[in-house]
Amino acid sequence: MSSSTTPALPMHEIRAEATWLQRNKMIVTPLLFLLPGMLFFAVYVIFPIFQSFGISLYRWDGLGEATYIGLANYEELLTDRNFEISLVNNVKWLVLYLLAIPLGLFIALFLNQTVVGIRLYKSLFFFPFVLSQVVVGLVFSWFYLPREGLLNTIIMGLGFDSLNILGDPTLATYGIIAAGLWPQTAYCMILYLTGLNAVDPEQVEAGRLDGAKGWKMLWYVILPQLKPATFIAFVVTIIGALRSFDLISIMTNGGPFGSTRVLSFYMFERALSEFGFRMGYGSAIAVVLFLIMLVFIGYFLWQMWRDERDARRG
Amino acid sequence: MRSIFKTGAAALAATTMLAGAAHADAHAALSGTLRIVSDMSNPGPRATMEMLAAEFDEMHPDLEVDLTIVDREAWKTQIRNVLSADPPDVVNWYAANRMGPYVNAGLFMDITDWWDAGDYAGLESVRGALTQDGRQWGVPYTYYQWGVYYREDIFNELGLSEPATWEEELANCQVIVDSGRACYTIGTRFLWTAGGWFDYLNMRTNGFDFHMELARGEVPWTDDRVRQTFANWRQLIDMGGFIADHQNYSWQEALPFMINGEATAYLMGNFAVDQLRNGGLTDDQLDFYQFPIITEGLPQGEDAPTDTFHVASGAQNVEAARAFLAYVTSPEVQTRINGPDNLGQLPVNANSSVADDEFLQQGFAMLSQNAQGGIAQFFDRDWPAEMASIGMEGLQEFMVFPDNLDDILERLEAARQRIY
Repeated sequence: MSSSTTPALPMHEIRAEATWLQRNKMIVTPLLFLLPGMLFFAVYVIFPIFQSFGISLYRWDGLGEATYIGLANYEELLTDRNFEISLVNNVKWLVLYLLAIPLGLFIALFLNQTVVGIRLYKSLFFFPFVLSQVVVGLVFSWFYLPREGLLNTIIMGLGFDSLNILGDPTLATYGIIAAGLWPQTAYCMILYLTGLNAVDPEQVEAGRLDGAKGWKMLWYVILPQLKPATFIAFVVTIIGALRSFDLISIMTNGGPFGSTRVLSFYMFERALSEFGFRMGYGSAIAVVLFLIMLVFIGYFLWQMWRDERDARRG
Repeated sequence: MRSIFKTGAAALAATTMLAGAAHADAHAALSGTLRIVSDMSNPGPRATMEMLAAEFDEMHPDLEVDLTIVDREAWKTQIRNVLSADPPDVVNWYAANRMGPYVNAGLFMDITDWWDAGDYAGLESVRGALTQDGRQWGVPYTYYQWGVYYREDIFNELGLSEPATWEEELANCQVIVDSGRACYTIGTRFLWTAGGWFDYLNMRTNGFDFHMELARGEVPWTDDRVRQTFANWRQLIDMGGFIADHQNYSWQEALPFMINGEATAYLMGNFAVDQLRNGGLTDDQLDFYQFPIITEGLPQGEDAPTDTFHVASGAQNVEAARAFLAYVTSPEVQTRINGPDNLGQLPVNANSSVADDEFLQQGFAMLSQNAQGGIAQFFDRDWPAEMASIGMEGLQEFMVFPDNLDDILERLEAARQRIY
């Protein structure tokens, strides 16, 4: 390059001769590093989103010719009872899954002490999160078995009638959510445990001097400091609730007669499963699911942006 | 092994002779690679498929057979991608309406010419199941009967005999229920088992032709004749004929009820026999009868699902694929692969012999002599895919909540009007 071949030139002239790339490397370098990630994100995430919007306007069996039918798929969704059931189930999941956050907080507070073997107890509580969802589903479906299951052995031992939780359309969804809460609670617990490590002991001390204890201490001193952990726990729980697929597939396969379907499962059934040949209809369901997610994603992004802005100011 | 191979080769030579001498030359010179994707993933069928591939490979020195075996359930969702992305030469699938989507999309090769050329002598009776739009799209390699498998020892203990009519059936069932057992075990978690019950009840109540009209969408689900089918079904449900909580079980999980004697019979395909024997039941304890007659004078229709081989339309080695289909369907190979050591089912070739097995013999006699109504494939193969899935869900719901019938039928009828 010029700098090595003409060493006698004064400093400012070398700078003037620097290439565009050299002059802009502070901008170009990060962009280059981001490029592969952005490329993959665009190809595997952004592009399919728009593609789903596109396909949802067609009648297509995934094999032959696609016919443009406008919004007919969405009109059908409005009258489709299975879609309604799936949507309601999604709401149940969203609401009840949030129980994982207070449960996780409670266990974390309980375990946040120094006694002999606390590490062992912590890892035992964390254990369900390490298990695959498939294993969790299987364990719970055996637990719920109508005659041989542990749950029924207990309730029949107490003199009640046996319950067929997964076979009863009114109970099955709750049964699956309960199974999902087990690992999700462990996840929230671990988030809060790390959060509790960062709680400022001086503030606790100061609170104590001012006479705060019990619930007041928790509410006014501890919880505000756990806000970042709560936010992350909220994010992962909402996302977990919306992608509840594997547990449903393992435990009930959407049954009995479709009463435990959620949107993601229904989309899979209509578009990709054994009898599913309706790519357009499946895409329409996916779009609805995406829009629901978008509400939360929008909130999360806004929240994070605000936090970052505050952090920069502070 | 060697002697088996030789007889296999001899039989193939014989069929090719029948097929025409011009064609025989092509067989000798097969080369390249023959790619087969099979769904015969259960242990027994897997061994059979591997044996077929190995023998065919040995018969053609210049040809390499490349066999991929995919899990049977997974294949039902994978076949689309495999056929459209990187088509192999030969694939497994099912007959009748189940072929529809792939035929319509042009993914299965039209092999009518090979049928016309006489490649498949002895298969004339099953040609219809592989026909769509007047053309043939594959060959069958095995089929099996459906019917009632029951505990002979419990029947003897209760002094019952095989019912031939619906009245006898109900009377039998009452005795069984009174003895503290359920008449039938069933596991409807994956829905299709309920389809078998509907097939039989509807074919016996309204006849095979009506059943097929319903499958083709020509009759509304709210028709009174359909309601009669459900009314008959309900008689069994209301008397406690089926095991409780069947919506929780797969068909395999429902087997122990019969093995333990808590239920006395199972309406199933012949593939259940192997499992029942593995479960510890001897042939003295097990027997089979044809589903009883409900409406007098109706010729009986039977379910006998057929499994098939197809050539992908994107096949690279068409000549080898053609030779392989002829080989698989030849009488000798058919006798062997459907024998008790292999699939344990019925051969599709009329010139083959049926294995010396109590159940296969009974099934074969039933299908060849006592099924004048016609042979159906199965609910999920005769109905279009979407109607089948909605329909079977309704059937399961009916078995658990018979009172929901009106609602279920209206839902099915709405689906029928949209789908056809």
